[in-house]
Formats: sequence, structure tokens, C-alpha cells
Amino acid sequence: MSSTAVTQPRIGFSLAEYITCLNGIVWREALRFLHQRERFVSALVRPLVWLFIFAVGFRQVLGISIIPPYETYILYEVYIAPGLMAMIQLFNGMQSSLSMVYDREMGNMRTLLVSPLPRWYLLFCKLLAGTAVSLLQVYAFLVIAWFWDIAPPPIGYLTVLPALILSGLMLGALGMLISSGIKQLENFAGVMNFVIFPMFFASSALYPLWRVQEGSPLLYYVCLLNPFTHAVELIRFALYGQTNWISLAVVGCCTAAFMIGAIYAYDPSRGLVRRGPAGGET
Amino acid sequence: MTASNASSASQAPPASGLRRDPAAIPALAIGDLSHSYGPRRALTDINFTVAPASFTALLGLNGAGKSTLFSLVTRLFGIQAGRISIFGHDISLAPGEALRLLGVVFQPRTLDLDLSVMQNLLYHAALHGIARREARLRSDEVLSRIGLVDRTGSKVRDLSGGQMRRLEIARALLHRPRLLLLDEATVGLDVKARADILSHVRQLVTEQGIGVLWATHLFDEVISGDDLVVLHQGRVLARGPVGDIIAEAGAHDINSAFMRLTGAAVESGRPAP
Repeated sequence: MSSTAVTQPRIGFSLAEYITCLNGIVWREALRFLHQRERFVSALVRPLVWLFIFAVGFRQVLGISIIPPYETYILYEVYIAPGLMAMIQLFNGMQSSLSMVYDREMGNMRTLLVSPLPRWYLLFCKLLAGTAVSLLQVYAFLVIAWFWDIAPPPIGYLTVLPALILSGLMLGALGMLISSGIKQLENFAGVMNFVIFPMFFASSALYPLWRVQEGSPLLYYVCLLNPFTHAVELIRFALYGQTNWISLAVVGCCTAAFMIGAIYAYDPSRGLVRRGPAGGET
Repeated sequence: MTASNASSASQAPPASGLRRDPAAIPALAIGDLSHSYGPRRALTDINFTVAPASFTALLGLNGAGKSTLFSLVTRLFGIQAGRISIFGHDISLAPGEALRLLGVVFQPRTLDLDLSVMQNLLYHAALHGIARREARLRSDEVLSRIGLVDRTGSKVRDLSGGQMRRLEIARALLHRPRLLLLDEATVGLDVKARADILSHVRQLVTEQGIGVLWATHLFDEVISGDDLVVLHQGRVLARGPVGDIIAEAGAHDINSAFMRLTGAAVESGRPAP
């Protein structure tokens, strides 16, 4: 048998192969999500607790003046809805990165990384898959919120989609970047304290920035620098058929930066090489 | 060929076949490969080739550097020094073309336990760009070959250890690679499961012409017709046909040959990694 006759592979990959790969990764992520019903329930319960309990109490003490994109006075529940949508995506992004750390510890990540398709593309597919799962959760939240009289214009359900995709990619890329630096699953709890909570609370998710500025000018600038603030504002404006251009620019740039960072970190010659083999292997 | 011969081969590693047609492109060629984890040296000047349609055993104790070598060949780690090519495709320069020809079974289980047998295969096929219909056909084919066709819908976590390993081998063959790497594929399995898997892999060599690199620390998995690479403390101590290595070591079986070679390595004062 001539080895050269049977071993000349095609150079490069066809579009169909790229699409098949993307479909496979999204399909697997969706299957895993559906298998983990508790994850879906907890993803919904978390924002609903904020909406049904926290917002009802806060409504009495925090007045919301008319600020864009709103054209009239709104209930506090209406104000925090975009923040809660972004929160769902933030938690989902971190959950996806937790899942990547788990996959790495369990060995599943190797299955992905030894695929012949370009590694940047595989990681991008992972991001898209995580974003798709977050969209399911956000729209389920919007359906429940509708019964709570949080009803943006009907067109808002459509116009918010691109904003959700972009913010989902940004938060997913951030999670992926963080997960590339976490060596053990146990260390992931620290992410909750040092990433999720500061990002969520130092943003415009729960209170308008002018309110923050009144209380603490320093915190105001921290909020302005927080990419999560801009994800929230991007979603808020898009939900009402408008575009917040500054937020769009910030979220777009942060998405690109986090994605490049994540792909760089997973490059075998840079990221994984520093970690050494898994326990027990040499 | 013993260690002294191995070092001379390092001058032109990609062309140094073990014993087959020298004109044939090696299934796997490793040349001057070294790797460190910080100050700790894991591999030093590794040189050997795996011929197409051959069974090559990579024999080494735990900690010899087998898994590091596999991580480098599969591009999980970046190459620090040296080169690796699969059927002539340099893994650093043309990773897509090289990985297309490579199937791998890692030492730790890499199946998704929450997915079914078929779902695991379809996921792997998608990662290689194989369309769903073709993937199903190939999956049915490999499952019937490994006797798991009745477990298609079973969750992987419900399979036995031996069945999981067979499934991993089937999965590694789904994209029809020409080179198969198996890292300690029989660890933790009972005697019968070990024999079944080893026999299945040897059949792949003879019936499908696949080149196999079989990493193990178990002497009884190596037989006289195999090619052998002895890896110890990150260095290749000997490589060549099993019979030649036994003869050159002045031993009567592979077990004693290995002990003599590794004992000699310690006596010669080679630095431990």
C-alpha cells in the first residue's frame, strides 16, 4: 500500500464543514442545557426574585425620573428589566466558562481542541453556542415579565435581539478569558465574588447613573468604565427600538478584546503550555 | 537499535524509519523534540518514527513522558523545540491537515457522560466537519464493529469501563484517520477487556492499514512482531523491532531488556527530569 496515495488530505475546509462544526457545537451545548433542568430553573429564578421581591420593595424608595430611552415615568420594575436580562447573560457567560473548566478537568475539552478546524473558530463556535443558550433564557424571562406588566413595544422584542447577541458574546468571551486562567474547578467560586457581583452592582442595572453620581462621583466613574453598564444600556435602548451608540462602541470593542484574549489564552503555545499535563499524567 | 543508535538518528529524524520501506512517508515523525514544564525537563531530544500500517509500542513507566509526548503530537501543547509531522504534514505549520489524519484516545476518559453513545459520536463527527447523515452512517458502522449497536441510545455513564474504551476507539476512527494514538488505553480494565481492545487495535493495523502508536507501561502488551520505543525519564533509550532490542540488550525477554536499559540509564548518570 502506498502511503502517499491514501494520505493526501484536502487543503483547508469547506464552508459546509465550518457550518457542520458550528451546528454540532451549538447542538451539544443546547443538549447539555436541556439535560440540566436545574440550570434553566435557577437561571430564571434569579432575575425573577429581583423582579418580584427586590424591585417591589425598592419601588417605594427610589424614584426614576424621565431618562432616555423612556419617554414617561416608569415603574422601577420596568427600569431594572434590562439589567436583569444582562444579569442572565452575565451568569450564563460565567456558567459557560465554568462548564469549560469542568470540561478541561474531565478531559472533554481535548475532544474539542484536537479537531482539525482552526482553534479560533472552535472557540468562537463555543461562544456562539453559549450566547444561543443565553437567548433562550432571556426570552423566557421576557415572557414571564410580560405578565408582570413589563411590556416594551412589540418591535422591541425583535430590535433587542442583536443587542443581546453582542452582549452575550461579550460576557461569554469574558467568561472564556477567565476560565483560561483558572486551573481548578474549586477556584471558580472566587469568580463569583471578584467578577460577577462587582460587575453587576457597579453598573446601571439597578439604579440610574445620575443617582450613583449623586451618591459617589468615584463610583460613578467606576460604573462608566464597567463594560457591563454598557451592555445594560445597549439592551435598554434596543428594547425600545433605539441605539445607544457609545454603549454599542464599548460593547463591540470589549467583545473583540475579550475574544482575542480568550483565543490567545487557549493557544497551545501560550495558554495550555504553562499548565502542564493533567494530574496523574506525564 | 539502542540508545547509542538513537542519538545518531537525531541528525535526520523525519527520514529515519524503523524498518519498513524507507521511501514511504512515516505516519508519524518526531525529530529532536524537547519539552519542559518550567525548570523541569519532561522530554529530551526525542527522535522516532511510526511507519504506516505498523503497530509501535511506546513503553515507559509512569512519569516517563508519554502523556506529554501525546499532548505535543495532538497539539494540546505548543512545541518548544523540535518538530512533529503526520504523514509529512508539520503539526505546527499545517495543523488542520495533520490532525485530519490523526485519531487519538487519551489516557483520561474524554467522553461526555451525560450524552448518549450516538450523541457522542455525532458531536465528534461534527467537530471534523462530517455532515449529519454521513455521520450517522459511519456511527452505525463503527458501533456494529465494536458490538455496541444495541447501546446507541444509552447514556455513556451507563457503559462499563471496557465499553467506554471501545467507544472512544470507535470515535477516534469515525473520521477515518491513518494514524491512531492510544495513551494507556487499557488502564483500569479487566484482563478480558484489555485483551479485546488490544486485539481490536491490532486488527485495525492489519485490516485497515492504520499506523498505531500504543503507549503503555505494561510489558505483556508488547509482542515480538511490534516496533518498540522505550521511553525513560523523558529520553528514548531504544527503538526498533522488539526482537532487536531484546538481543542488543542481551536479555531474554522484553521485561528484562527494559530493566537492563533503564538500569543502564540510571548507572550512566543521566540527569533525572
